[in-house]
Amino acid sequence: MAALLVYSERVDTACELVAGGKELAAALGLGVSAVALGPGAGAAASALAAAGADSVYVSEDAAFEGWPADAVAAGLAQIVEQAGASVVLVGSTRRGKETAPRLAQKLGAGCVSDVSSLVVEDGDLVAGRYAFGGATVAREKLVTAVKVFAVMPKTFDAEGASAGAGTVVSPALSVSTAVKVVDHRAKEGDHVNLDAAPLIVGVGRGFNAREDLALGDELAAALGAVVGCTKSLADFEWLGEDRIIGLSGAKTAPDLYLSVGVSGQIQHTVGVSAAKLIAAVNKDKEAPIFALADYGIVGDLYEVLPALTERLKSV
Amino acid sequence: MDIVVCVKTNPDLQMVRIKNREAVTEAVPYKIGDLEKNALQAAVDLRAAAGGKVTALCLAESNRKAAEDIKVALAMGADEAVVIDDPALAAPDQAAIAAVLAAAVKKIGACDLLLFGEGSSDNYTGQVGARVAELLGLPQIGYARKVEAADGAVRCERSMDDMIETLEAPLPAAVTVVSEINEPTIPGLMQIMKAKSKPLQVWALADLGLGAPAPVREIVSNLAEEQDRKNILFEGTVAEQADAFVNALIKEGVLGR
Ligand SMILES: Cc1cc2nc3c(=O)[nH]c(=O)nc-3n(C[C@H](O)[C@H](O)[C@H](O)COP(=O)(O)OP(=O)(O)OC[C@H]3O[C@@H](n4cnc5c(N)ncnc54)[C@H](O)[C@@H]3O)c2cc1C
Repeated sequence: MAALLVYSERVDTACELVAGGKELAAALGLGVSAVALGPGAGAAASALAAAGADSVYVSEDAAFEGWPADAVAAGLAQIVEQAGASVVLVGSTRRGKETAPRLAQKLGAGCVSDVSSLVVEDGDLVAGRYAFGGATVAREKLVTAVKVFAVMPKTFDAEGASAGAGTVVSPALSVSTAVKVVDHRAKEGDHVNLDAAPLIVGVGRGFNAREDLALGDELAAALGAVVGCTKSLADFEWLGEDRIIGLSGAKTAPDLYLSVGVSGQIQHTVGVSAAKLIAAVNKDKEAPIFALADYGIVGDLYEVLPALTERLKSV
Repeated sequence: MDIVVCVKTNPDLQMVRIKNREAVTEAVPYKIGDLEKNALQAAVDLRAAAGGKVTALCLAESNRKAAEDIKVALAMGADEAVVIDDPALAAPDQAAIAAVLAAAVKKIGACDLLLFGEGSSDNYTGQVGARVAELLGLPQIGYARKVEAADGAVRCERSMDDMIETLEAPLPAAVTVVSEINEPTIPGLMQIMKAKSKPLQVWALADLGLGAPAPVREIVSNLAEEQDRKNILFEGTVAEQADAFVNALIKEGVLGR
């Protein structure tokens, strides 16, 4: 049976894609195979089976250590061949996003990256992704024999998936990488999950200094909110990358998104367009964020935030 | 070290308006994307350390003024520019873009390092660097926030989903950069004047020995999502505004649950 093939170096993302891919595969008359690559990858096989994989291709080849794009793309291309896959779903993490197009190029395939929705319409897969910086959603079809989709984490849910046979296959692969890992270290800093936060305070470049973010923290504490930020603040390393909201960060759907000192560029606001309420504090009345906001306070955050925090404490 | 920087011009997103859910790009000026400027700056910095030549390579797509807009890259310090402009490439997909850029890099000849932005400001697919690397059989390093080159190798630091890595690849190699890598310098009048006399070539598909590309994808629709917001701006003193806002939140049921 021809297959829909799923790969992500992250097991949780791979499981989501297997669960979501299973429904798409059924509509297309395909089976679902998962791929786990790298030293120790075999340990993921049972989770992938539980998520619904009919078979799991496992290779613990040392060339996959650190998942270099050239080796992973080559390995996946060989598995696509062996499995007779016509659709490949890759998790659109940073690693996945640099690997999927290389794989597609090897296969002469079309590829859609950062896919945020994937459905079958009239027997064809249609992928949604943001375009124009997030201002629009482009819905795209691929017309090549093999189709590669790099799908955003959390697009599908592995919860409640029905298990597959999960037959483990050990493919013979010929892979190598030209890239050497000289050094690596885990990212420090606290980890937050913005996806699930009901209340978010988003901070931006309106803050003049890193220390001043304490004002935002105090407001968030008074609200019971989690702090997220624009990409600019993560670029300054004032806050960690997992706090970025937007095109290259979290796509959130809180009950309230309160932005402070955020201009409201589309690459940021695409990450909050699903919020129930959007509110903004910005000193510039013309800031684009106000056009997207339900409630706005035009003012200097250095005056507004202390007043707001004070008032919230009395609720 | 000879470096080719692939530079895309994008419609200025701040000027793209949405009308009937469609993006209106007519009459919107194009400019070199921010991440491409980071890539150009990285190339200029590497040249300062290692010597060599920097070529800016731009596929015009639907930008009729690409050969004019690319002069910004020359003013930023590129030594030469090549623009590929062909009516068959008005709306290319990523496979077509990669095929054209790879052929152009071959025609340019000397290239030790190929630089890209991690994605373009408009569609941000992040596909082109990886596809060109595959076509040219080059090792690739994505998302570099530091780049150094020495002894026939490129060394990059990059920040991945959960890890900071330092990677090394033998030259020639392809590298994509992120915005943290540098702060691109804004060219002064002198540089802008000097750019006018730098070599700039415009090639068509035929100059690359290529025909019109076969599309790999079809765009079904491209529409803005509906947004309906209240757009209420509070008035009065800071304390009055804070009060009105908190009252609104209570009424909305967001607070005091
Ligand atoms: C490919 C690509 C992907 C991107 N992805 C993302 C993404 O995922 N997330 C993201 O956030 N960005 C992203 N960006 C960047 C984005 O385009 C903007 O540059 C960024 O969001 C701007 O951040 P900002 O609002 O903090 O800063 P600015 O745009 O500089 O805005 C600062 C705002 O603060 C206001 N202000 C200043 N001082 C005060 C004060 N004292 N009190 C109150 N207000 C004040 C100003 O009026 C201004 O509106 C991306 C860009 C590109 C090209």
